[in-house]
Amino acid sequence: MTSQQDIPLYEEVVNHWDQWAEFISRSETSDLRKTRRQAFEKFRESGFPSIRNEDWKYTNITRWLRESYAMQGLPEEPSGNTLSVAGMSVSRGMWKKGKIPDLDCYTLFLHNGVWMRELGDEDLPPGIEVLKVSQARKDPALSAWFERADEKDRYFTALNTALFSDGLFIRVKAGTVPDKPLHIIHDFTSGRNLMVQPRHVWVVGENAELSVIETVVSDSGDAGIWINSLTEINLNRDARLDHVLIQTASAGARVVNHTTVRQKKQSLYNSYTFTLPGADLVRNDLQARLEEDHTETHLYGLYLTAGSQLVDNHTLVDHQKPSCFSNELYKGVLLEQSTGVFNGKVYVHRDAQKTNAFQQNNNLVIGRKATIDSKPELEIFADDVKCSHGSTVGQFSEDALFYLRARGIGEATAKALLITAFAFDVTEKLKIGAVAAYINQLISHHIPVDHA
Amino acid sequence: MLIIKNLHAEVEDKQILKGIDLTVRAGEVHAIMGPNGSGKSSLASVLAGRESFHVTEGEVLFHGKDLLDMDPEVRAREGLFLAFQYPIEIPGVSNVNFLKTALGEIRAYRNLPPMDAKDFLKMSREKQKLVEFDAQLVNRSLNEGFSGGEKKRNEIFQLAMLEPSLAILDETDSGLDIDALRIVAQGVNKLRSADNAFIIITHYQRLLEYIIPDFVHVLYNGRIVKSGTKELALELEEKGYDWLREESREQAATI
Repeated sequence: MTSQQDIPLYEEVVNHWDQWAEFISRSETSDLRKTRRQAFEKFRESGFPSIRNEDWKYTNITRWLRESYAMQGLPEEPSGNTLSVAGMSVSRGMWKKGKIPDLDCYTLFLHNGVWMRELGDEDLPPGIEVLKVSQARKDPALSAWFERADEKDRYFTALNTALFSDGLFIRVKAGTVPDKPLHIIHDFTSGRNLMVQPRHVWVVGENAELSVIETVVSDSGDAGIWINSLTEINLNRDARLDHVLIQTASAGARVVNHTTVRQKKQSLYNSYTFTLPGADLVRNDLQARLEEDHTETHLYGLYLTAGSQLVDNHTLVDHQKPSCFSNELYKGVLLEQSTGVFNGKVYVHRDAQKTNAFQQNNNLVIGRKATIDSKPELEIFADDVKCSHGSTVGQFSEDALFYLRARGIGEATAKALLITAFAFDVTEKLKIGAVAAYINQLISHHIPVDHA
Repeated sequence: MLIIKNLHAEVEDKQILKGIDLTVRAGEVHAIMGPNGSGKSSLASVLAGRESFHVTEGEVLFHGKDLLDMDPEVRAREGLFLAFQYPIEIPGVSNVNFLKTALGEIRAYRNLPPMDAKDFLKMSREKQKLVEFDAQLVNRSLNEGFSGGEKKRNEIFQLAMLEPSLAILDETDSGLDIDALRIVAQGVNKLRSADNAFIIITHYQRLLEYIIPDFVHVLYNGRIVKSGTKELALELEEKGYDWLREESREQAATI
């Protein structure tokens, strides 16, 4: 383990825990307080991960941990529930930054993890309940949703559980089919080093449907902003969720984003994760827990990385029960001196007979100094299953490039066309035209003329 | 239009063109024939600017400009077109978008205003009809899942759309059945004019029954060893290519 003493943030958390816990868990249930304490103990034990930890082997975050960060939502840095006039105008700017043109949706705007109702749509469709987590966690009837902790929680997830203060609680009533998708804009803005730890819980009721598009934008000037976000998604029997995540945070953002999806019988989860150039670090942990039979899961991802960015996607598809289907396709385009990591684990338990699990990761390494570490992992303990995985790393096809150029298309445009084409396998899966158009526009925008 | 002088080229340190001289004027159709491995397709690749081919000697003037000094895309914008022997499949790039992009860049190079969507569509429809290209294929990904014949017809459709002054057809007839061959040839015949020129590279005389060339050249061992009119193609069909080998042996003997 790295000597955690060298990490100011670790020191800060350990030294202030008692005081912070007292502040943060005021009027929470004793069970939640207990959960927080246990999580804190786990964090104190594990500290922050280093490359000596298997799950972080290729993702070295020490350079961003050398700085100190204020902790949002705590006595010194309480989360503002209202914005000043100046803050309001900054947020309006960020709102515009995150907006998707021509998308017909309900918009929810969050500033540093806190829902700013006045900046989004006031009216939400019937059957959908949205609450601030700062409120929901104190409600004894809802508190249990925040007490779920995984045995394996440590590092960032443990830290989030110990100290989260706000986020979005969304519950869709059984049988509800909203007329439009929800667009959640997460704005992270700070003029100085700050750590924000949003916690979101979404519950989709039996036979209900939800389509969510999340956009992440940030502006921290020369300062650093750590975003340690944790989302718990619960899909009840026959529930369906389309979940698009568009990560467009700017330089200075260090994003650790953990999502756990629990799927009940015959539920369907479609995930589309797009990571674009900007943030210094993006680490996504996406875990689909197939807790009952006959579920369906599709995980699509596209990472386009540039500069000295580090983007790491860790996914887990946990087949616990029989007759579930999962399919995963992640594609990466690595520009300049950026680094990509893909780790896709499929775990098929002994009980999970008749499992169909497919996984594919393809990478286009364009920058001469760009790297990718791709690691598919299959662990299968059932004998009647169909599983496959594949991983490729390649460069531009010289033949394709020449073909385009021989038709008068300049080299830069030809490369842009080939990148868009490479991404097409993922972008074509998007069901909402406005979102697909937006993503394609983002991709084109980020393809520089000089690719080396 | 095109003047090739003493062109030498190599690929992977192997000399494949050993002194080609050829002049093509507007309105002419030249056929280049020859046995496998004689350098026919290499000549096409060198003219189109494929990077793996290195010119070691000689020069090529295209409309009076130094062709060899240009990037492949500049050659295309100057009016050169290569119909590929093996057209590439590019999933995710639609045929339409590809042509729109190509045409846009070519027009921009020539200081022409961009074509508006309506005019492009109209042009595309006309050319599809002209070369009998299936409208459904136009909207598909570039050559993806196309049959051999469909790919070749797509080359001719692109040729029709981009309106080059010089088109090089690299064994466009290979792998085509008679019907496809006829359609391709008719397309070329409709596109022939007093202002453009064609170089048709072929192994067989078959295509030349449909596209009547003004000149026929025989390429052997990196050189043009014989030039003539369309009758030469018939002679080759009758005699095959073996006599070339004998003749070149005799030549070697006299030297």
